[in-house]
Amino acid sequence: MDFGLSEEQSLLEASVRGFLGDHVPIERVRELREKDCPNDRSIWSGLAELGVTGVLVPEAQGGSAMSLLDAALVSQALGHAATPAPFLASAVMAPVALREFDAAPASDWLEGIAGGELVVGVAATELFSVREAAGVALDSGVLRGKAMMAVDACGADLVLVATDPEQLAVVRADARGLETTRLRTIDATRCTAELVFDGVAPEAVFEGAGAPIARMLDAGRVALAADALGACESMVEQAVAYARERKQFDRVIGSFQAVKHMCAEMIAEVEPARSLLWYAAHSFDAIPSEAPLMSCHVLAHVGEIGREIASVATQVHGGIGWTDEQNLHFWFKRIGNARHLLGGPEWLRDRAARLQGFGAGA
Amino acid sequence: MDLEFDEGYDAFRAQVRGFLAEHRPPEAMGLVHGDRQRWVEWLTLLIENGYWARTIPKEYGGYGAEPDLLETVIMDEEFNRAGVPRGLPAQGPAMLVPTLLAHGSEEQKIRWVGPTMRGEVVWCQGYSEPGAGSDLASLQTSAVEDGDDFVINGQKIWTSTADAADMCFILVRTEPDARKHEGISYLLLPMDTPGIDVQPLRTMCGDIGENSFNQVFLNDVRVPQSNVVGRRGEGWKIANTTLSHERNSLNANAEGTLMRLARLMEKESVGGVPAMASPVYRDRLMRLQARALAMKHHGMRMLTCRLKGESPGVAGLVVKLQNCQLNFDMAALAIDVMGELGVLYDHTRYERERGYWQAHSMFSLGLIIGGGTAQIQKNIIAERGLGMPREPRPATA
Repeated sequence: MDFGLSEEQSLLEASVRGFLGDHVPIERVRELREKDCPNDRSIWSGLAELGVTGVLVPEAQGGSAMSLLDAALVSQALGHAATPAPFLASAVMAPVALREFDAAPASDWLEGIAGGELVVGVAATELFSVREAAGVALDSGVLRGKAMMAVDACGADLVLVATDPEQLAVVRADARGLETTRLRTIDATRCTAELVFDGVAPEAVFEGAGAPIARMLDAGRVALAADALGACESMVEQAVAYARERKQFDRVIGSFQAVKHMCAEMIAEVEPARSLLWYAAHSFDAIPSEAPLMSCHVLAHVGEIGREIASVATQVHGGIGWTDEQNLHFWFKRIGNARHLLGGPEWLRDRAARLQGFGAGA
Repeated sequence: MDLEFDEGYDAFRAQVRGFLAEHRPPEAMGLVHGDRQRWVEWLTLLIENGYWARTIPKEYGGYGAEPDLLETVIMDEEFNRAGVPRGLPAQGPAMLVPTLLAHGSEEQKIRWVGPTMRGEVVWCQGYSEPGAGSDLASLQTSAVEDGDDFVINGQKIWTSTADAADMCFILVRTEPDARKHEGISYLLLPMDTPGIDVQPLRTMCGDIGENSFNQVFLNDVRVPQSNVVGRRGEGWKIANTTLSHERNSLNANAEGTLMRLARLMEKESVGGVPAMASPVYRDRLMRLQARALAMKHHGMRMLTCRLKGESPGVAGLVVKLQNCQLNFDMAALAIDVMGELGVLYDHTRYERERGYWQAHSMFSLGLIIGGGTAQIQKNIIAERGLGMPREPRPATA
């Protein structure tokens, strides 16, 4: 019985955090927000050298075939540093789906993913939320329609498109008839795009792909929760550091109970959420029957505590926390984006209830 | 991450289950209202089989096994599942015994530990005073030396089971001139000593349950000086080991409560439809379930830290704050689901589950306050866990 991180996992976490601390300080993030797509390839290559891009890719395709908990720790580190990187789609969601299909071309793509030279986006929003009459359909061998808020798609080489819960199409990002437009959100550190398909010929179509698509979303939700929790952690650290330094009324403000209690309340949410995250990630590999429920719960829960922490940590900083210059808003916005990217809390909790048969009679 | 128990533990679990299949506690056991002798028989049987006082040395009346946290977890799980009390949930076994084992004299251990674990001697805790709550170290009850005795004068409050207790472990000020944390001693006081007056303190919970709170008035109460535990003037330090036992013992079975709440929501209907079919109530339940799952796995993480002998750091300091609030919030949803009938009480007609949820709600509120209020917990989290500075002390007059 050992509910905790292994030594290897702690080392992995430390090495990714160390790399990001050295190479992606927040000043670098500020520069990247001016670009068309923030997912900078040089950062991605650096992460590939650490072996992070292939964390969920099978060894046969050059990956390290680690667990989702390992991937979640990387994701958490990326959220902690507010690093723009296509980790969620390219290193978590795409490999989890593609590794279910043994043969080429899936195996070739997995090799490219592990090496970091192939970046894969994912368009699956319409499986849980249809807006603007979006939806993509395969008709006479070509794709038509549009996909909203596709993850990490604008700087990608390849995009996985879930046309329905059972069918997964793969398209080249530069395919004829595909128009990709970045949809700018509050969050400058994550790339989301609208994809318009006007008779796009896919590279591959996987039919009967219900299980791979469901696993892809479960894994994505856990990784996204980890990312947002990492961002929460960083905001709490910054708030505590600021409160220990900033003086008003001849005292550091951290000695006022009002401020101290704000910080205590935040960490009191972060730590149990970390335990929930560990379990949700662990269940994905070890207790797969629990993974759908746990992935919904962890993302919804982090969405809730994240909104509060993002607000309170900013308030601890007072007016300066509200400025662009202080940089705190990068994390605030990353947390805000994560709350909705793969299903909002209300939708996730409704699914959690249905998964347990609660209210099924109605 | 490995959530399996090693093989040897399966045999232990089977042994516990075997015991529980054969033995049930006698009915109508009680310390305050019921038959105490039945408790003594049950506890004695548990000790003989090693399910209670398991790691206490034999010479002090225990079973004498080596400490093994996982065995404790397994026993708790199996007894909980069977709905059977594993030992006596009272302050003597939970707080006095660990304190005596750490700080008591050989004679005190031999005299008190066994009888306390067997329920033959029932204890109450004399800590809080009307003027010393969160700031416990400011307590004023005095013990003045007189020959071989101390003579105690003062008042204690929130004294659970004082009306049924044989003994009290009490904090008193023995050195009035010492600094406030250094003038306190930890005494063992027989409750039948002349000069002790116990007055019941009715709580908001009313008469449901077996909780009794009291005020204890002490007027020229004589106790031998040999009843001091540890050294005179070191009572604060000794009490702090006891307080940490209290915080550790406030662990909640949040998952069990959540499932009980879910069953209520399937059964209870609002406008002809089960509450569970209402998106509003169901969403609230799911929010609570996520919190309950977080605390369940957080508990497993804390257990792992203890197994490895690692300090959980700030993660360990948030447990009491979160569990108590979660319990209160679960009861709140149950009450809301029952709507206008959710306020029925005192075993009135139509009352659900014999008033469990209202009682649980009010009792949970007591736990949010007791054993260190939520505000004190937040100070501890911020100061010890996050390294934030203490409140500067006002200049004393």
